Amino acid sequence: MKMVVEVDLQDSSTSDPIRSTSDLDDGRRWRTISGLILTVAICGAASVFQPISDAHRSAALDVFVPVDGSYKSLEEAYEALKTLEILGIDKKSDLSSATCENVVKVLGSSSSTLKDAFNALNVNEILKCKIGEAGPKDIVSQLQAGVKDAKLLLDLLLFCQRLGARLSMKMFLQKEQFPGTDISLGDAEAIFRSIKALSQSDGRWRYSSNNPESSTFAAGLAYETLAGVISLAPTELDPSLIQTLKKGIVKLFDSIQKFDDGTFYFDEKSVDASQGPISTTASVIRGLTSFAASESTGLNLPGDKIVGLAKFFLGVGIPGDAKDFFNQIDALACLEDNKFSVPLILSLPSTVISLTKKEPLKVKVSTVLGSKAPALSVKLTQALSSKSVDSSVINNQELKFDADSATYFLDSFPKNFDVGKYTFVFEILLDDSAHEKVYITEAQTKVPIAATGVISIENAEIAVVDSDIGSVESQKKLDLTKDGAVSLSANHLQKLRLSFQLTTPIGNAFKPHQAFFKLKHESQVEHIYLVKTSGKKAELVLDFLGLVEKLYYLSGKYEIQLTIGDASMENSLLSNIGHIELDLPERPEKAPRPPLQSTEPYSRYGPKAEISHIFRIPEKLPAKQLSLVFLGVIVLPFIGFLIGLTRLGVNIKSFPSSTGSAISALLFHGGIGAVLLLYVLFWLKLDLFTTLKALSLLGVFLLFVGHRTLSQLAAASNKLKSA
Amino acid sequence: MARSSTSKDAQDLFHSLRSAYTATPTNLKIIDMYVCFAVFTALIQVAYMALVGSFPFNSFLSGVLSCIGTAVLAVCLRIQVNKENKEFKDLAPERAFADFVLCNLVLHLVIINFLG
Repeated sequence: MKMVVEVDLQDSSTSDPIRSTSDLDDGRRWRTISGLILTVAICGAASVFQPISDAHRSAALDVFVPVDGSYKSLEEAYEALKTLEILGIDKKSDLSSATCENVVKVLGSSSSTLKDAFNALNVNEILKCKIGEAGPKDIVSQLQAGVKDAKLLLDLLLFCQRLGARLSMKMFLQKEQFPGTDISLGDAEAIFRSIKALSQSDGRWRYSSNNPESSTFAAGLAYETLAGVISLAPTELDPSLIQTLKKGIVKLFDSIQKFDDGTFYFDEKSVDASQGPISTTASVIRGLTSFAASESTGLNLPGDKIVGLAKFFLGVGIPGDAKDFFNQIDALACLEDNKFSVPLILSLPSTVISLTKKEPLKVKVSTVLGSKAPALSVKLTQALSSKSVDSSVINNQELKFDADSATYFLDSFPKNFDVGKYTFVFEILLDDSAHEKVYITEAQTKVPIAATGVISIENAEIAVVDSDIGSVESQKKLDLTKDGAVSLSANHLQKLRLSFQLTTPIGNAFKPHQAFFKLKHESQVEHIYLVKTSGKKAELVLDFLGLVEKLYYLSGKYEIQLTIGDASMENSLLSNIGHIELDLPERPEKAPRPPLQSTEPYSRYGPKAEISHIFRIPEKLPAKQLSLVFLGVIVLPFIGFLIGLTRLGVNIKSFPSSTGSAISALLFHGGIGAVLLLYVLFWLKLDLFTTLKALSLLGVFLLFVGHRTLSQLAAASNKLKSA
Repeated sequence: MARSSTSKDAQDLFHSLRSAYTATPTNLKIIDMYVCFAVFTALIQVAYMALVGSFPFNSFLSGVLSCIGTAVLAVCLRIQVNKENKEFKDLAPERAFADFVLCNLVLHLVIINFLG
């Protein structure tokens, strides 16, 4: 659908130009942006989703490009091959040799990690390479031993899923290549319980028993793993366990999120989650699909949310990233064929109805991957016009079915179906006959439709009118379909009047979105005016007396250009009507000059002048040598102090000799030294709070020690005095 | 006559002061030397600032005030420790010294914080 700028024409009066060209573009740009945002916001409620088409298939070949004939890792190879297989593109022959070599190597070596073995088995499932006997046996026994110790959900998933795949592969090969391998889980119930222990009450799961963080992505993995456990269990598991799992699924659906256009998705709660919405939602869908397939009692999921999830993936479009592409296609493949409900998508190849071409409106209903839908009927319940939202133009019209192209079409429109924007509301009714699968559709699909037609422009004329008397000096009829050579002349005492009539094909009044009248002077100065529409008539009156200043007193030849445009108008036009000679008075001294028109029209979008920032000039610091000299000079008084002390004959004879006192004296001096050291560290790198904390500890220590030392000294000197 | 007498008086004054000073106890002389050391350090800092300008003014203030502060505290210590001072007869010199150490530590904490 053509999206046309919705410019608000309510503010200016008819004879005022909006602004000269440069300012107009700014104003128009702002209104364009706000108009677009508004239009998008409104259209958000009604939008069309297309199923996977050939555009996707050709894009897949571009996205999944192998480097030098093979992929970087087995995981990427698996993603690429699975996506191409689902889309039905056969590229296997090109890549199979190199990739198969890799697969055989990984499966044959006993030192491959579980993840590599997982990816190798996945790739092998698609490519069906020839593998020797010994390799897989080691892997299988390794996996079986591993499951007993496995604490990680991922490891368990690897084990259960891939053993399930091995089982199918064994049946496919129809050879007893793996006679000794026992592909079943011994204690399935215990494993089930240990996995189930990782679940949380809000529906999310943890990755392992050590890691407390939980995620929705892990929930998807958990359900896939449990599906594998159920399918490999030799006996039926306790139905109460499965019941609790189903409750967990209901809880998980409580955390689903949605966009305004009706799409649902799962996303992680934590901001720094490694999985985005696409991979999280795909993981959940994979898990639920395999879980529903593995157990027999059936899974009941809310249908509207399933359709919403399908719409989410279809709404992604064509992802550029290989992982997103794989997740999208894999999830859609799961939705295409599953045990709970298969969503059907209603799509329109074209959302524009042309009233002149009289082609029918076509509607397609298909599954998400584009396959045929079962027998159903499509009804157009309402066609709501954007002008009158309450009443509907079309009511409960059933669409006819064309079996050759598998489309539903509506070929007859009522007589009062006018041009403009509509919202068509479709409803799909499935035929009652029993189907193998349960199909689900949206209750109502709202689609924005544009109806276009040829707008007839009549009675177009331009005239120069004397403003005082109102008499017409010269009047010319316009043929807007061709560029006329209308030549008019006017002076500043006269008015210019342009008028025309617009009618829709069925005769209603039509208000175009764009009706601009442009006057362009020889010196490239432009002025644009809006043509106001009232009812059927559109008229513009330019009073030159009031506009003289706005026209910058430029006399001379002005070219006239008229633009009429609208989304619903098939014959939008831009015509050069002709020119007008304007005779304006002389420019007085203080009048504004016309803005300089640059020769390059897009020069305003070029680079602007470079801004040179003025930084604070750093303070002038003294020369380094001077500072070092003074550092030396500062030390001199201290040296003088020491020299003076020695000259005085200072001694430390009264340092206590008994061990206890000596220790406390030493500790006292040590404590003071420690405090001074702390101060130095404080200056160098610590902050005040750390210092205060350390100081309080040291201070308390120093207090005790100092008190002891000094009291001992005091006692000693008292003894000396008394003695 | 007057000039020579004044200069002779000044010399006599100086000599008498010097001889009186030698009688002071050693610990008071240590404190006096410490005060001189602190004041000299402050003077050198002021001279440096006069030379190169007071750009990190907080550092200058902190340095000078540290010297002056510790000089003041030493003077207080001297007053309290001096046996001829009747006011502080009952105060043990060790207690005065403990006060001196504590006040110095607090002063230097603030100084280091202000030094920047």
